[in-house]
Amino acid sequence: MLGLNKKDATLLGVVAVLVIFAPFILNPFPQDSAMAQFNAGYPDLMQRFVIFGIFAIGFNILFGLTGYLSFGHAAFLGVGSYSAVWMFKLLSMNVIPAILLAMVVSGLFALLIGFISLRRTGIYFSILTLAFAEMSFRLAYSVLTPITNGETGLQLTLEDPRILGQTATETGGIPVTSLFGMEMRETATMYFGGWSFQFNNGYYMCGVILLLAFYISIRIFRSPFGMMLRAVKSNQQRMNYTGLNTRPYTLAAFVISGMYAGLAGGLMASMDPLAGAERMQWTASGEVVLMTILGGAGTLIGPVLGAGFIKYFENIFSKINESVLHSWFHALPDGLENALIWIAEHFVGSGWHLTLGLLFMLVVTFLPGGLVEGGQRIGRLFSRKKQADKKTATQSTPAE
Amino acid sequence: MDAIILQILNGLDKGSAYALIALGLTLIFGTLGVVNFAHGALFMIGAFCAVTLNKLLNLSVETVDPTRTDFLGNPLKVKTPYVENWFGPEFGHAIIDWSVPLAILFSIPIMIAIGFIMERGLIKHFYRRPHADQILVTFGLAIVLQELIKHYYGANPIQTPAPDAFRGSFDFGAMLGFDPNTIIYPYWRMIYFAFAAVIIGGVFAFLQFTTFGMVVRAGMADRETVGLLGINIDKRFTIMFGLAAAVAGLAGVMYAPINSPNYHMGMDFLVLSFVVVVVGGMGSLPGAVLAGFLLGILESFASMNEIKSILPGIDQIIIYVAAIIILLTRPRGLMGRKGVMED
Amino acid sequence: MTNKLTRRGLLKTGAVGGAGLALPTIFTSGANAFTNEPTGGTVTLGFNVPQSGPYADEGADELRAYMLAVEHLNGEGDGGMLNTFSSKVLEGNGILGKKVEYVTGDTQTKSDAARASAKSMIEKDGAVMITGGSSSGVAVAVQSLCQEAGVIFMAGLTHSNDTTGKDKKANGFRHFFNAYMSGAALAPVLAKTYGTDRKAYHLTADYTWGWTQEESIMAATEALGWETVQAVKTPLSATDFSSYITPVLQTDADVLILNHYGGNMVNSLTNAVQFGLREKVVNGKNFEIVVPLFSRLMARGAGENVKGILGSTNWHWSLQDEGSQAFVKSFGTKYGFPPSQAAHTCYVQTLLYADAVARAGSFNPCAVGEALEGFEFDGMGNGPTLYRAEDHQCFKDVLVVRGKENPTSEFDLLEVVEVTPVGQVTYAPDHPMFAGGALGSCNPGA
Repeated sequence: MLGLNKKDATLLGVVAVLVIFAPFILNPFPQDSAMAQFNAGYPDLMQRFVIFGIFAIGFNILFGLTGYLSFGHAAFLGVGSYSAVWMFKLLSMNVIPAILLAMVVSGLFALLIGFISLRRTGIYFSILTLAFAEMSFRLAYSVLTPITNGETGLQLTLEDPRILGQTATETGGIPVTSLFGMEMRETATMYFGGWSFQFNNGYYMCGVILLLAFYISIRIFRSPFGMMLRAVKSNQQRMNYTGLNTRPYTLAAFVISGMYAGLAGGLMASMDPLAGAERMQWTASGEVVLMTILGGAGTLIGPVLGAGFIKYFENIFSKINESVLHSWFHALPDGLENALIWIAEHFVGSGWHLTLGLLFMLVVTFLPGGLVEGGQRIGRLFSRKKQADKKTATQSTPAE
Repeated sequence: MDAIILQILNGLDKGSAYALIALGLTLIFGTLGVVNFAHGALFMIGAFCAVTLNKLLNLSVETVDPTRTDFLGNPLKVKTPYVENWFGPEFGHAIIDWSVPLAILFSIPIMIAIGFIMERGLIKHFYRRPHADQILVTFGLAIVLQELIKHYYGANPIQTPAPDAFRGSFDFGAMLGFDPNTIIYPYWRMIYFAFAAVIIGGVFAFLQFTTFGMVVRAGMADRETVGLLGINIDKRFTIMFGLAAAVAGLAGVMYAPINSPNYHMGMDFLVLSFVVVVVGGMGSLPGAVLAGFLLGILESFASMNEIKSILPGIDQIIIYVAAIIILLTRPRGLMGRKGVMED
Repeated sequence: MTNKLTRRGLLKTGAVGGAGLALPTIFTSGANAFTNEPTGGTVTLGFNVPQSGPYADEGADELRAYMLAVEHLNGEGDGGMLNTFSSKVLEGNGILGKKVEYVTGDTQTKSDAARASAKSMIEKDGAVMITGGSSSGVAVAVQSLCQEAGVIFMAGLTHSNDTTGKDKKANGFRHFFNAYMSGAALAPVLAKTYGTDRKAYHLTADYTWGWTQEESIMAATEALGWETVQAVKTPLSATDFSSYITPVLQTDADVLILNHYGGNMVNSLTNAVQFGLREKVVNGKNFEIVVPLFSRLMARGAGENVKGILGSTNWHWSLQDEGSQAFVKSFGTKYGFPPSQAAHTCYVQTLLYADAVARAGSFNPCAVGEALEGFEFDGMGNGPTLYRAEDHQCFKDVLVVRGKENPTSEFDLLEVVEVTPVGQVTYAPDHPMFAGGALGSCNPGA
């Protein structure tokens, strides 16, 4: 189907089902229950899951296939966001031109940086990309403020020209982003018993793009081009000795991956028309590296899982505060309640970073292949007959 | 002219911190082949050793002074540090005053212990794993360490002053025949530079002139062959990890009076020190030191008004511009060895 | 595949499931009159403060103040400023009889993270008001989000002129003072203390807030006869300011003005003192250092170096008026130390919001906004205060403070030198430093 083998088609199908039913899957707890804190099925977070998933898929095309570890990928996401917001400011509130421009601009930017950085390999390459990204961040924060609006971030105002749209709505507000009139922020809510499920236009648009991005990524992984990139990873020198110039291949991978990042940036701006410079900081570049490794570098689905994992902790665990803890443990005797809260406080709320750090360490120590390996191990527990066939659809060929 | 001399001094001073951190980082890269993202956290813990000792010495007995009131109108609790009770106010005060130099002694065993535990408990399992995994695990560790510090010391910077005697500044210019008061430089920053020079010299001497150092250098060059010769190289590498941690920790202790330590100072230095190491060239200790001082001096010159007026914002990016230029003209940084971390 | 995702398909699914369907709710018109209209017995407020990053301690203090405010609104505790507040509509039974509940989030002092956190409060938890923050970038970003989403934003600590200047929004309100007010309050005191014949050298954090601070203090001091020798931008990420301090020695400047905040301020001040600037004598005058925006929490990091240094602050716990005393008492009793200016402004903002709702008789953002616009009140620690309708900025007295020479405790770092009357810091709504933006119309999200 669609030029995919059976396993890949199944995987794509699974991802599609997950994307479509995410509003249900992510909201397993009734709204009034104490566990509702762990529900993640609201539009903003679902959009983030998908957008960062796209970002990580793109990063994985470079890192997972060629082994080139870029530490500056956030710059492309940032550039994409800025281009998209400028498109909203100058042209129209339709997301299509914004996303296209974001991809084109970040692709060009990636071409420039990739052309220079790919002259070096290994950690020298990583530091070159890091240097370009940090420069972009710092300049965007300070001297480039006329273009980027600096610290505050580039946003829409009531004075934007918007050639193909209106400057302000009849009620005096700023118009909202839309896909040919379908507002991105519009959400339908379905109540079912104690549950409420939210279906957001923007999320489903991102979801469709994620599936497309995922499909393209599978095709790249399985193509001769992908094979060539893997060969670069396993032994670039040998490739060069056989008289083959690998640079065009790695550069193409770098640009594709940069365009994925730009696409993610454009989508972020389409969901929420603001672009801040922090999107380009080294910590943001580091985050996508962590997402990919955590999920399982070189696997197809891993980066998406890693992205979801980190964003979940950032948005859900940071919101658990003392009063929530009290409501969980209030049934216990006072002494025990306070002791439990004291312990829990280290890990939630302002301590969410600690939990994340510990999980990084645990996952990478015990699951060398990332979350995907964890999934495989669980899968193997349930279906013993598959054990003989270790190479499942999600696992890529190990490169070394 | 005096402006240039001052900026060179500033550069040397900044460079000392960069060089010390990069030196430790390179020891770990070069000997163990591990990308240690927790190295900044070690620097931060060093600084917090100074903070901790300062706090310990300031542990106080509380006595109520009924004549004064606190902000709620209750009688004021006056605190007298135990050390002042034990050793008398003057000597006790002197001990507290000298807490940062004392912290050097205090921090060395702590940092070496932390280094050992890190290496034996965690890093050891990652020697044969890809660099990406090493990055993830050490980054996780760095987050854990800094969150623990944040939990107990808060997020705000904590002042850790140098001893009174070194708080002033020194008229450098008068000594060199310039007008008085044109080139003055703080005592503590000069001490920092001298201290860095001693540590760097010590590490080099240790590697160059001892048998132990010779084996380690041999191990850095070709680990397998050294192992085949029947030398237990792993044990020595563990010791090197402890040494690298101690160097980072000492850099942190001495840095505490220059800028008040806070829990994220390690992350602030992390990226910069990686740039320094790579610009210096992978696996080269002299390269790391040289790059540290070079980038420190470049950064200082870039912040001069004359240069900023020609290139606005250059001080924000000079380090990265320099890194790009150096890496493009010299493929393995200033003094890098072939084949180290190139794949 | 995409065809299945139409709203009709979803409607059917819902109908088959036998579920009630309200369509659509958030951000668009529907069953409710405005975004997150509280229908049950409770109302949810969103406290969005930095819990990680350099401002985490300020965020923690803001959170303490919010929890105290919630207690007082719900009639627990000693009532704090509710007893001294000039408006008496709040009765300690929640807001409009609804018990106040809250959710918290981490802004990380990044606009993206802050917006994500605020959005989750609005979309998931049904917060009807968002408040908090400890930097202007975040405040502006969250303010515009609240405008789009149709909830009220009560800004926390944000000092940039832009928050109620070119980036002002109809749904956003600021109680904290701003850079212009700092300059206007500080300059006369500076002139009085250090004379009118001074040469100033500025070091400015190179981002939006730093620039507005520099512009404001420069204008105010130059108007009083000071000369600006040089203004130098420093990177926000800088930790060592030595290479920016040493050029000061080469000029004939006799005052150094540090337009820095937070960690930048602590480091630049510490470095300046290290280089012996305070012992320097230039043009026959003692060299002086000025920090236009003081934060007591941060000043602790600079320790002894703040002694004798002039600056401005929104509020200080040592104020003797009734409102401040009541607040310090209930905060100090509960937590064991005095509140910071960040805590004060957040506490006051919460009460002001609750009061506006009570006076308006509705949680509708437009009604609340109308109740806040032009509202005059007293008893909240800063003397008689006006929430100006034109730009949603509070106008009140500003404190000029000095680092204390002989502190009696670790909290006793600043002493109030002068309470600058509100008249001296008031400006026209179309003042050039604030020009360029428009409030727009209020958005109830309906």
